[in-house]
Amino acid sequence: MAEAPAIDLSLMEEVFAQYEGQPGALIPVLQKTQEIYNYLPGEALQLISERLGIALGKIYGVATFYAQFYLERRGKHVLKVCDGTACHVKGTPVLLTALEEEFGIKPGETTADGQLTVEVIYCFGSCALAPVAVLDGQVMGRMRQEMLLRRVKKQLEADGRQGTTMARSDE
Amino acid sequence: MMSESLTQLLVRQEQARQAWQAKQNVDLYVTVGMGTCGLAAGAADALPVIEQEIRGRNLKAVITKVGCVGMCSYEPQIELQARGRPRMNYGQATAANISEIFASYFEGSPLKKAVLVGEVQPSLTRRNGQSLSSLSFRAPETGEAIPFQSKQLRIVLSNCGLIDPESIDDYLALDGYEALRKSLTQLTPEEVIDEITRSGLRGRGGGGFPTGVKWGLARKTPRWPKYVICNGDEGDPGAFMDRSILEGDPHSVIEGMIIAGYAIGARYGYIYCRAEYPLAIRRLRIALDQARQLGLLGEHIMGTDFSFDLFIKEGAGAFVCGEETALMASVQGERGQPWPRPPYPAVSGVWGQPSNVNNVKSYAYVPRIVRMGAEWFKSLGTPGSPGTAIFALTGMVNRTGLIEVPMGITLREIIYDVGGGIPLGRKFKAVQTGGPLGGCLPEAHLDTPVDFDSLVSAGAVMGSGGMIVADETTCMVEFAKYFMRFTCDESCGKCPPCRIGSTRLLEILERITAGEGEPEDLNRIRYIAQGMQRGSLCALGQLAPSPVLSSLRHFEDEFRAHIEEKRCPAGKCRALITYEIVADLCTGCMVCGRSCPSKAISGEKRQPHVINPDLCERCGLCREVCKFDAIIVR
Repeated sequence: MAEAPAIDLSLMEEVFAQYEGQPGALIPVLQKTQEIYNYLPGEALQLISERLGIALGKIYGVATFYAQFYLERRGKHVLKVCDGTACHVKGTPVLLTALEEEFGIKPGETTADGQLTVEVIYCFGSCALAPVAVLDGQVMGRMRQEMLLRRVKKQLEADGRQGTTMARSDE
Repeated sequence: MMSESLTQLLVRQEQARQAWQAKQNVDLYVTVGMGTCGLAAGAADALPVIEQEIRGRNLKAVITKVGCVGMCSYEPQIELQARGRPRMNYGQATAANISEIFASYFEGSPLKKAVLVGEVQPSLTRRNGQSLSSLSFRAPETGEAIPFQSKQLRIVLSNCGLIDPESIDDYLALDGYEALRKSLTQLTPEEVIDEITRSGLRGRGGGGFPTGVKWGLARKTPRWPKYVICNGDEGDPGAFMDRSILEGDPHSVIEGMIIAGYAIGARYGYIYCRAEYPLAIRRLRIALDQARQLGLLGEHIMGTDFSFDLFIKEGAGAFVCGEETALMASVQGERGQPWPRPPYPAVSGVWGQPSNVNNVKSYAYVPRIVRMGAEWFKSLGTPGSPGTAIFALTGMVNRTGLIEVPMGITLREIIYDVGGGIPLGRKFKAVQTGGPLGGCLPEAHLDTPVDFDSLVSAGAVMGSGGMIVADETTCMVEFAKYFMRFTCDESCGKCPPCRIGSTRLLEILERITAGEGEPEDLNRIRYIAQGMQRGSLCALGQLAPSPVLSSLRHFEDEFRAHIEEKRCPAGKCRALITYEIVADLCTGCMVCGRSCPSKAISGEKRQPHVINPDLCERCGLCREVCKFDAIIVR
């Protein structure tokens, strides 16, 4: 993975200005922090601990409890594939196999070049469009494997870079 | 004497009613369904094309962005109403299909890709000098309700698809906040509670506890401040009822919560909404701001002594937070782990204070009940479960969507009459209600009436409203394993019966689907399940064994086939099946060979291909890509 850029902690001040002193603010503070950095950097957690007066261990406990929070940097593009009941019945396992085959990563993993993270989510509540995948926040319904791979590759290539794929010539 | 703020509200309401009439009295009134499903299907891209079409026809038009009408398989959906013409609802209204829809509506040309869903007629229910507007859809040829609608009764979904969820004026025009006005100016808190109790409303989060009784308990606890909490952590996979209400009619939930606040004597409230629902959260924020501006939230609401305000708490992705004590822990900024009850939230809830927790749907019923009266609500549904039930009907059924039906309707009516039966001519196998904490019922139970008590006696639960239909290609062992993996992942880990029990059950189910099951496994499942049911701290652990137990009860043969014959009758479990190519059907197009990750398929061009079972990993990709159905599972 590329060298991690330094974390600009001054960006946190706005978050503290909004929430400092409020009861029960830890989760919204973590959510805002993740909005800024795309994950929860250790330095930021340390600062939250100092400013909110909550033990770092407790913050770690909360951050690791909820599925939404990430302690590690994620890929530039994030593909969330729904494996809720309806999607599961309608073919998510096939999609995941196809993704693993194409990009060499399992759910929860990021490609070595830091371009793509694939995650499994349990239900976006759009079950009538099953199976559903969300690529960089864009909801895509009734996905089939060829269509999904095409959309992901297009998104990766939109950066003007080579996709992360082990190039295969099946199109 | 009427207070100034109340007078202002009444003036605004009158203006809103006039504006509502005026905006539909134009050359062309258009609604576009802009819920998450509609947007995912392309509603946002269709919008500029609609505007362009309107300009091209030189029409004076109004476009209203509405929530979802529940017919997900038709998304995106639009409605057109020209002056003096019937109002028509069209499905598959993507950008590419807009012009053919307009041509069909105005010139009568045939539709090619878009679908005419039906003629929209306003339906009005009147009671107590009040009325409830809703949409109903009729087939233009026969004038009869379209099948999807025929058995439905829209009360809590009445505004969804009708009004702009981002406009408080639309809500006010259809008697919004009338129930709050009635509560604050004509009823004591006790009378409000009495009304809700007499209506027989039972908690729609799944538990079915009488809402009025719950409110009464919170009112009686002599400690302040008290809190009103809305449980919008709709975590069941396959369920999206709450999302649709929050996206399509957020003010009804807010109004219900304010009334609850008045009834129990609360000062503050929280709406806990899962973070996976960004659009619902955005629309809630807009609605809260609008309500505050009109003085419906804040100090001295409508000039009374009652002050109340609401805040949104975004979930962070934990299924267990749908459990009320875990939800409150999460509101407090902690790990969402349940605490033992009693004390119940009505006595000691968030911050240790008396709290009332209800589901989104329960709150959304409240304004309707207060306005139309307890007797009206009680006259609907069954004596033990009055009112309607809302289900997200999904899975292997022809018409998927969000439905609202009177309690007491049978599962068969829902699946076959509303849902249109099973697609592709396949056979029905099971219907699952209540998600990972519910159960599944086979064909023999299809005539079970849908109400809180009948479903429990049949071995399933009402749950919060997910209803998933499985056809004959679903392996019930795999289905049970899927739910167990979910609960195993989502178990918070606090109490051992749930944490260890779900892990052990998952291991057993994995073994069975891998062809390594032992005859003793079935008893082991029952034994562990019993321990979880009796020993777990919260509903998650107590109910987590339900999917596997109900599958075992109704489909024991299928479990035995996996264990004793090492065979998966549905052809799903990888370890127990083989893929074969039917030579007569194979055209030798070579698509399957290219898709195969393990290079297990060989064959010359235009010659039948074969699969090498030693290399095949049974991923099913080949079967997915084959256009000739030449690949079969044994």
